[in-house]
Amino acid sequence: MDDLVVLRVGTKILIPFILLFALYVQFHGDYGPGGGFQAGVIFAAAYVLYALVFGIGNALRVMPAKVVYACGAVGVMIFVGTGFVTMGLGGVFLDYNVLAHEPSHGQHYGIIAVELGVLVTVFGVMVAIFYAFAGRRRLDP
Amino acid sequence: MSQHLPVLIVVVPLLLAPLAALVGNWKAAWIVAAAASWWAFGVSIALVRRVLAEGTISYEIGGWAAPYGIEYRIDLVSAFVAMIVATIGAVAIIYARTSVRAEVSEDRGALFYSAFILCFTGLLGISVTGDVFNIFVFLEVSSLSAYALIAMGQDRRALTAAYQYLIMGSVGATFIVIGIGLMYSMTGTLNIADLAERLPAVADNRTIPVAFTFLTVGITLKLALFPLHLWLPNAYTYAPSAVTAFIASTATKVAVYLLLRFFFTVFGAEFSFEQMQLDKVLMPLALVAIVTMSLVAIYQDNVKRLLAYSSVAQIGYMVLGISFASVLGVTAGILHLFNHALMKGALFMAMGCVMYRVGSVRLERMKGLGKKMPWTMAAFVGGGLSLIGVPFTVGFVSKWYLVQAALERGMWPVAAVVMFGSLLAVIYVWKVVEVAYFQEADPDDDIREAPLGLLIPTWALVIASFYFGIDATTTADIATRAAEVLLGVGP
Repeated sequence: MDDLVVLRVGTKILIPFILLFALYVQFHGDYGPGGGFQAGVIFAAAYVLYALVFGIGNALRVMPAKVVYACGAVGVMIFVGTGFVTMGLGGVFLDYNVLAHEPSHGQHYGIIAVELGVLVTVFGVMVAIFYAFAGRRRLDP
Repeated sequence: MSQHLPVLIVVVPLLLAPLAALVGNWKAAWIVAAAASWWAFGVSIALVRRVLAEGTISYEIGGWAAPYGIEYRIDLVSAFVAMIVATIGAVAIIYARTSVRAEVSEDRGALFYSAFILCFTGLLGISVTGDVFNIFVFLEVSSLSAYALIAMGQDRRALTAAYQYLIMGSVGATFIVIGIGLMYSMTGTLNIADLAERLPAVADNRTIPVAFTFLTVGITLKLALFPLHLWLPNAYTYAPSAVTAFIASTATKVAVYLLLRFFFTVFGAEFSFEQMQLDKVLMPLALVAIVTMSLVAIYQDNVKRLLAYSSVAQIGYMVLGISFASVLGVTAGILHLFNHALMKGALFMAMGCVMYRVGSVRLERMKGLGKKMPWTMAAFVGGGLSLIGVPFTVGFVSKWYLVQAALERGMWPVAAVVMFGSLLAVIYVWKVVEVAYFQEADPDDDIREAPLGLLIPTWALVIASFYFGIDATTTADIATRAAEVLLGVGP
């Protein structure tokens, strides 16, 4: 892809904005449209764009298949773990009120934590699917 | 701690499933999976005892009160089904340690156990939740992981079997979610108890019968009622042995639970069986399933496939019991959930032992196994006796209730079909027994008895199937009370 200067430079300019937009969608998920799933997909889209332009080899160097698989698992643990934290603090499962002194702040933190779990899992799974299609070799961890 | 039990039975396995995938090594993953299964087993027993003592338990997730929040609502039926799933899961995970090592490649071991716990979590979730959309979500969790588990079978046909199941299962799940959506559009609620209250007011609107129809087709697809059973034989035949034993004893049972939950609790027996006349659909299909699928089972060469067809016939018995819509009939159906889980689990595990030593479960490879693998084949005979319904086995208990329910309604021909089904079961069980005990083995091959790691779980289920056949007071009592809860006649 060395001859496609426009593509390479264009991608380099776009990727930071896509990542930033993903974070915007993530952090506004609790009171606006969006949330962890959409943010995860956008995040993964930026990464897939990178892989398409700079090659799967470079992409794998940035994020090996193992890390991607781990992301898929860790996200679920963040989500469920939030529930366990609220139970540990004396509330019921996923009762965010107990996360902060002010219940409405607790709701904020709780949703952000849960959405973060969703983001990590969705990102991991999206990229794992992309790897599975892009690479002929088996990419099992 | 104890007030959190209704949710802990689901979320502890849910937390451990990704952990099993993360540890990477199959041995460590097995320990995580075993911890999850035995944890759920202990909690399910505690829940059954608490429901028996105190009545229905309700748990509000996130502190949002029902019907706005998601409620976990455990009555006797849910607790009993959760206990069946957890018991089979706890036994199957012990069995899996030896069996999966032989049948699934080592680098996939951790992912296998992760998918196994996810499937387990989904099935438990369906049984404890009190929210219809939550049911759909857990149904997808359990189904998607089941497809992955089936695809891990040794035989390459496992892939097509899993694909077939994926397509059929997704159609079923879609129908279920359409039904749920239509109900939501009419009532604006997803909570089961709230739906049950609001549905009668709008039942005359055509939307509700349409929702009912979508749910009926979707659920019967999931529980493999004839003629929607086509995904089942291949899936059971080519899946790894431990998976077949687990899924055959749990997944269809949970689908039967859905049938009970939707038609008795959500719509109510009166709407389902008098207005919609569901029994006129379910009963003939159940009878046809019992006869034709038993006949098909007789002609199978692969014993796992034989047992799979027999499962479709046995599902016929459960649905038949439910279609009576009487306390006795529903009791028979619920009782058979538990009893069939025990016997089919034992039979499929015995076949897993054969697979482990012989490498095939085709009839011609099983010659003389009665001498070479005496314990394995004895377990098969024990499970087979139960399948036939010989006295002192669990199979007898369920058929006893079923025949009583039929006679209570004065349906002599139906009782006769149940008996005829037992005769057909004699033929297909005998086919295996004859080959294993009365045909000379190939003297060359050195097949030994299966290892203890496989025999102990198999025999645990066989002994349980005799124990609960001799002393059925506990199970029959729970099943009767559960049926009374469903029909709204009990306390």
